[in-house]
Amino acid sequence: MPQSLNYLNESPSQTAGPYVHIGCTPNFSGINGLYREDPGSIMLNEKTLGDRISIRGGVYDGMGVPLKDALVEIWQADAAGLYASAEETRGQSDPNFSGWGRSPGDMESGEFVFETIRPGPVPYPDGRIQAPHITFWIVARGINTGLHTRLYFDDEQAANAQDPILSRIEQRQRLDTLIAKSESSGVYRFDIHLQGPEETVFFDM
Amino acid sequence: MTDTSRPRGGYIQRDRGWHPPAYHPGYKTSVTRSPQKALLSLPTTLSEETGPVFSQSIIGPRDNDLLHNHAADGESAIGSRILVYGQVRDQSGRGLPATLVEVWQANAGGRYRHQKETYLAPLDPNFGGCGRCLTDAQGYYEFRSVLPGPYPWPNGVNDWRPSHIHFSLFGEAFAQRLITQMYFEGDPLIWKCPIVNTIPSRQAIEDLIAPLDLNASIPMDTLAYRFDITLRGRRQTYFENRPEGL
Ligand SMILES: [Fe+2]
Repeated sequence: MPQSLNYLNESPSQTAGPYVHIGCTPNFSGINGLYREDPGSIMLNEKTLGDRISIRGGVYDGMGVPLKDALVEIWQADAAGLYASAEETRGQSDPNFSGWGRSPGDMESGEFVFETIRPGPVPYPDGRIQAPHITFWIVARGINTGLHTRLYFDDEQAANAQDPILSRIEQRQRLDTLIAKSESSGVYRFDIHLQGPEETVFFDM
Repeated sequence: MTDTSRPRGGYIQRDRGWHPPAYHPGYKTSVTRSPQKALLSLPTTLSEETGPVFSQSIIGPRDNDLLHNHAADGESAIGSRILVYGQVRDQSGRGLPATLVEVWQANAGGRYRHQKETYLAPLDPNFGGCGRCLTDAQGYYEFRSVLPGPYPWPNGVNDWRPSHIHFSLFGEAFAQRLITQMYFEGDPLIWKCPIVNTIPSRQAIEDLIAPLDLNASIPMDTLAYRFDITLRGRRQTYFENRPEGL
């Protein structure tokens, strides 16, 4: 026998279940007085640098029915393209921007909304520039492992055309599932389809 | 001087055969909520190799004490008192410090404090069912609670969840983001649960079963269970294929 590599197995994922909001957004689910605010509910303040944008959308199942028990999280760079992370080594990100948002969705419609800023460009490992994007992570009852996708902007056509990740999508018609649509100034719509003809491109990254 | 004790390469790809598949007809809700097209596999970039930072200042003194964090003064939740502790580490076995651990669970009777909950077991006015903490410098967390009860759920006509606690983990990078569930040693319902059985192998299921740890238990007070959690690790590489300065 050769030496053992001693890598551990990742803990297997399990569904977030129907009550994920109890643990992740307790105030939203009516458990008040524990946490001052639900984590990820506020990403910025009046001093945050960059263009204010809001992103809204729904998560739809294979029958086109919107989920009302999903939890959607986003992670993005600040206006300069820097992440508010201990792992960010390129510089100090905007101290007034968390980069991380979490939405339980609207109680009635299930739609998520994020009040954030337009992210700056971030380099790809080979030095090319990635188009401005926001990482999405979706969990819910019936989703066994959290789903990872990305939002790109429909008004960044030139950057999108050069993007090293978008260029890896073989079926070009599916590329559209990653593009948020500008509805009015600074307001974007990004719907996520778990299954079916409009199925969103999900990543294994 | 580069710290060579920490791997700095991209994140090791998730072993999709170890995790539950998206589509598992035994768990009915997964049927219409599972992507059917292949995932797009790519190496991680900065966007996945970074992740949010949580400050100790947001954590209240009772956030990890589910016995009391929703209880009236002088009272506590009803049920078997338990302490759950363990280490959050990566696949290299490195403890992950200052990372957020969020938990939620049913009360001792198997009832959640939630509007959509229909189980006839009663609510406990002194139990909210959620808690959180940050790991210490070595990656350890701990919290106190009651043993959650099993509960029935609509899937088959007579499916029951084993006693379990839901866990949400961050790690250091968004690539490590994980939600899972902890089960309790010796619970016969584990092996009958359609959600547990979405996991392909017995070995992987056993990684989610916390053993009773009598040595960590507090005599005449609280039983302890140990639950270690492993998040994705990075590739160790001194010769990273990146231009200088990135
Ligand atoms: Fe549960």
